[in-house]
Amino acid sequence: MAKHWWKALAVIILVYVIIAGFTVEIPIIGTNGQSSRGLFFHVPMWICMYTMFTISVINSVLYLSKYDLRRDAYASSAASVGVFYGILGFATGTLWATYTWGGSFTRDPKQMLTAVALMIYMAYLVLRLSIPDIDKRARISAVFNIFAFALLIPLTYIIPRMVDSLHPGSATTPGFASSDTDNHMKWVLYPAFIGWTLLSVWIYTLLVRYKKLELKNIFK
Amino acid sequence: MLELRQKYAFYGILLYIISTVFVINLMIDKPEEKIWNALFWVVQLFVAVNAIAKSFVQENRGRLLYFYSLVHPRSFIAAKLIYNIILMSVMTLITMGCCMMFLGNPVTSFWYFLGVILLGGISLSLLFTMLAAIAAQANQNAALMAIMGFPIMLPLLMLLSNIAKSSFITVYQPGLPKMFLMMGSMDVLIIALSLVLFPFLWKD
Repeated sequence: MAKHWWKALAVIILVYVIIAGFTVEIPIIGTNGQSSRGLFFHVPMWICMYTMFTISVINSVLYLSKYDLRRDAYASSAASVGVFYGILGFATGTLWATYTWGGSFTRDPKQMLTAVALMIYMAYLVLRLSIPDIDKRARISAVFNIFAFALLIPLTYIIPRMVDSLHPGSATTPGFASSDTDNHMKWVLYPAFIGWTLLSVWIYTLLVRYKKLELKNIFK
Repeated sequence: MLELRQKYAFYGILLYIISTVFVINLMIDKPEEKIWNALFWVVQLFVAVNAIAKSFVQENRGRLLYFYSLVHPRSFIAAKLIYNIILMSVMTLITMGCCMMFLGNPVTSFWYFLGVILLGGISLSLLFTMLAAIAAQANQNAALMAIMGFPIMLPLLMLLSNIAKSSFITVYQPGLPKMFLMMGSMDVLIIALSLVLFPFLWKD
């Protein structure tokens, strides 16, 4: 039981975030209106996605240095959870955009490039399915994973900051800073980061356990 | 290497370029600048897929094994990269020639355009060489190449067509040097990654 305290913590925090996220008093600014509440759900999804992809790429590098199949299980589970969170983040983002930017798919660079990055990771998952041999699959997908991560960072993090975008923090718009965020929002936002990340790690450990069982069955 | 041994591969791509451009000519006689630019890069993309994808897929296993026993994988991939760069530059020049012949010539600043398309050709060839190496390991699957390749080269092509725009009409593009810098750093990134990662792919 002592090992599982963080799962309870995740549930408690998320219950708090969901209740507070919809009820807390937020400043109503321009077209954003009540849709600013998307902040509590949209941004943490990306934090989770980056966390998962980072875990994934670290395990891929470790796999290539040690050739331990467990590392491959870690990397692939983390990548699939990451893609799942990426899709959620994209969905919440388009929902938010529908009401504030006046369209689900505006030609916003960050939105487009994130879609591209997600497609690269989906290609990673397809690539895994296409190779039947376990060792070969692990090796090739690890190489592609490193390649994908090296593209993910410039695509979603560097380029959108250099060009004009509707997102905060691009060339022409002010970035998200802790100094100008409303205090009420901060009290929900930071727990939201922690809560969603814990939930993603939880899903990830479940997936890892399942994949390890699969590996065990193969080697029996 | 490969194209010198198999002459038909080279002339096949050559014919491919000419027929593609000719089909475009039959459909829309003389397109305006923006469409010309878009069509040019689409042709360029498919030429890259066809030319570079072959560089690993058509090698047979025995010869690969022979190379493996002969040289270090890093020098092998370096050789492939250099060769594909040269091949793709030649193809780029031919594509440009064909496009200008059949589709009219809207380019106003020729040398700028030439530089941009050579840069584009080199970037595409680098990217597809690496992807072809991965795809070749995965059962020589051509569909896989498309799945992996298209999302990755999408931003690259967008960037290139944006840069190339300046050679048709004088437009004000504030981020132009930055875009060049980005292309260059992307190329360097791909070269570094392929040099580091290829030895792992090669261990069969």
